Amino acid sequence: MNQAQAKQARGGISIRNVSKIYDPEKTAVAAVLDCSIEIAPGELHVICGPSGCGKTTLLNAIAGFHSITSGEIYLDGELLCGPGKPQATPGADRVVVFQNGALFPWKTVLDNITYGPVIQGRMKKEEARDVARDKMVMAGLSGLENSYPGELSSGMARRVEIVRALVNDPAVLLLDEPFRGMDDLTKSIMHESLLEIYDQTQVTFFVITHDVEEAVFLGSKVSVMTTRPGRIKESITVDISRPRDYRVLTTDGFRGLMGEVVDAVHDEAQKAFEAGEREIA
Amino acid sequence: MLTGFALFFSIWLLAVDVFQFWRFRYMPGLAEVVEEWTARKPQYGISLFTSEYYSHIWVSTRRVLIAFTFALGLGVPLGLIMGWYVKFKEFTFPVFETLRPIPILAWVPLAILMFSSEEGPVIYLTFLSAFFATTLNALLGVQSIDRDLVRAAYCLGSSRADVFRHVVIPGAMPYVFIGLQIAMGVAWFSLVAGEMIAGRFGLGYLVNTAYTTARYPTIVIAMFTLGFIGWLTSALIRMVGNRLMQYRARVLSTG
Amino acid sequence: MSADTMATAGTTQELGQSSPFGSPGAPGGGSKGGLARFRESVGTTSLVRGVIGMVVFVVFWEVATRLDEWAGVSVPFLARLPPPSSVVEAFFDLLGTGGFWQSAYLSFARVMWGFGVAMAVGIPFGLLMAVSKTAKAICFPPFELLRPIPPLAWVPAAIIFWPTPELSITFVTFLGAFFTVVINTVGGAEQIDRRFLLAARSMGASKRTIFRKVLLPATLPSIATGAVVGMGITWQVVVAAEMISGGGQGGSTGAGGGLGFLIWNSYLGGAIPHVVVGMIGLGVAGYLSSTAVRILSVKLMPWRRAT
Repeated sequence: MNQAQAKQARGGISIRNVSKIYDPEKTAVAAVLDCSIEIAPGELHVICGPSGCGKTTLLNAIAGFHSITSGEIYLDGELLCGPGKPQATPGADRVVVFQNGALFPWKTVLDNITYGPVIQGRMKKEEARDVARDKMVMAGLSGLENSYPGELSSGMARRVEIVRALVNDPAVLLLDEPFRGMDDLTKSIMHESLLEIYDQTQVTFFVITHDVEEAVFLGSKVSVMTTRPGRIKESITVDISRPRDYRVLTTDGFRGLMGEVVDAVHDEAQKAFEAGEREIA
Repeated sequence: MLTGFALFFSIWLLAVDVFQFWRFRYMPGLAEVVEEWTARKPQYGISLFTSEYYSHIWVSTRRVLIAFTFALGLGVPLGLIMGWYVKFKEFTFPVFETLRPIPILAWVPLAILMFSSEEGPVIYLTFLSAFFATTLNALLGVQSIDRDLVRAAYCLGSSRADVFRHVVIPGAMPYVFIGLQIAMGVAWFSLVAGEMIAGRFGLGYLVNTAYTTARYPTIVIAMFTLGFIGWLTSALIRMVGNRLMQYRARVLSTG
Repeated sequence: MSADTMATAGTTQELGQSSPFGSPGAPGGGSKGGLARFRESVGTTSLVRGVIGMVVFVVFWEVATRLDEWAGVSVPFLARLPPPSSVVEAFFDLLGTGGFWQSAYLSFARVMWGFGVAMAVGIPFGLLMAVSKTAKAICFPPFELLRPIPPLAWVPAAIIFWPTPELSITFVTFLGAFFTVVINTVGGAEQIDRRFLLAARSMGASKRTIFRKVLLPATLPSIATGAVVGMGITWQVVVAAEMISGGGQGGSTGAGGGLGFLIWNSYLGGAIPHVVVGMIGLGVAGYLSSTAVRILSVKLMPWRRAT
């Protein structure tokens, strides 16, 4: 396998029978129960489900922010976590874009973006800055180098965070409800922006959302999760070709797929509502 | 705003000098105080023109600065470490919290036993009160950091030390500076108390001595001087904090 | 506690607590009980560590103060302090006598009076300034002028003004807490989300109703903070005032005059372990009062249970 192909084959995630149970000895609260998902390298995979169903738990398990109780997760054939190693080690191969934004407020945009490569020792500061500036231009963020995160709009801040993640050349980009709380107009622009970035890279995207339209618009594959304890109810392949733009939203194919996902999600949403589930904000 | 001051001073003037209300007649009058403070040859020895005034100010300020520096140098690192290394906190916090509620002045006898010098006990007391405030706020500062920032740093490839340097320290700064302002306030509080009991020279000592030697206007001069310097030192800290944390000022002003 | 439960507590803690990420908590509202119990099991290890810390501290204290007796080595600074063992003796000594409890009661009464008046005057004063712009414009400047003056600097002025020493001590104590309570009240009232007030108004509430049903409850958390902090300050001031002004109505026997006076008197009389007992007593009293205020404030704010 040559270099390009080897690079292309990065980012395949295998989640096998993963469960996360809090306080297993006493109250045994199950967040996630027996989930299995196969994600191909370079795929844009979306997990869609109602509030509190455990989607973030799965993401956190892959990222290494907490442990799993049983099952295994593999990245490109290597064990991230499983029996004997209940918690993965966080690392720059699986960078996260957080729900409420996690740009360092005390660093400028440029310093935020260059943080990863510099701290890992992969690049010197000047080199990192050049790379960062290029990426910012590509993402339409030029001019913001010396701004602080507090000065940015949410859309821009989110894009900066995505650039900050991608500059590390990760195998997987994990996005935790990245556009939650944005107004619809900003959201649709962010969707197209994200897809543009996705199309340019070979990185696997692992996206979490509760928005069905967003899930089908973005995803190559959508896994529907049940309400707590979260199980994978259904996996729906979105066979709409890329690149996709907003015109896709009104096609019959798109609406049909949305219908499938909505059917799968709706019952779960109802159950979640009745149980008074809350997002862990 | 001027009305406020005007009202206050006129009430003072009226109550003491003009009407001599009840107990107010025993108080030093506004005119008396101002006259004394601005006199070239003050009747009771302390005014803007006497060097003794400034030496008292300097003695007190110097004590506070020394004590505050120690409190900052020990308290901030300790608080940050206690906030970040949970195990360490579990061992040390109970002892800390047991000592903290003891009123500072209750330490006076022990302080006198511990330090044979004259300045020692007063500086120690001042240090102690500032130290508790500084440490506690640094600790709270670390705990206030959005955990997502810590997680982000880790998934960008940081080591534990990196996270401490790049996330914990800057993230705790707002609280640390609040703590320093509080610490400065309590430092002056403790200093005055210490000087009144166990000190020589200084503004607190001046307040006490002026009272025992019946130099009433001097009491008021010393009081207001204390108030002013206390305010000034806190304001300075606030200014330094704002400088260091410019990113807070530049927040998008919508919403 | 059996070895098994300890081990579990240890492992759970490894993943949940000493990890800097913390756990996001169990999802959903229905598992509140589970989460609380989960936290409890983690608590035992930290309790053990806390106890170890205290023990180490006491042992170090004993050794440092006794070293000159045992080995002829004098630890700098610490050598002349009383060792814990002598403090324990003095503890039993003092607690038997009526004098100690009388002093404690006296200090406590002073604290209560000062604190009570500070709250009774401070809260309305703070609310007034928050509600009325004119009141604030007039009252705030002189308030801010006087606030930085350390409370103890007021002692001579208070003694001159008030007819009895007791009143002067109470006044100074009042001042200490007063400024804190007011500042916190004003700050809290001004930080209320405008939308609460607008919502009430759009539902047709009168100014009076808005004050009682919106402003007041919304300011309670800040008032509570001011109260807890103010309580702490009150104890500081009482002790200081007692030491400075010679104990008020106490005699030189140390039977009256409050704990501050007791400490000073014991020091003068060379009974240093008694000093430490007094210190500990004050620490405990201060802690208990702050906790009492905190518990009371939580009772007054049932909606905060969720946080």
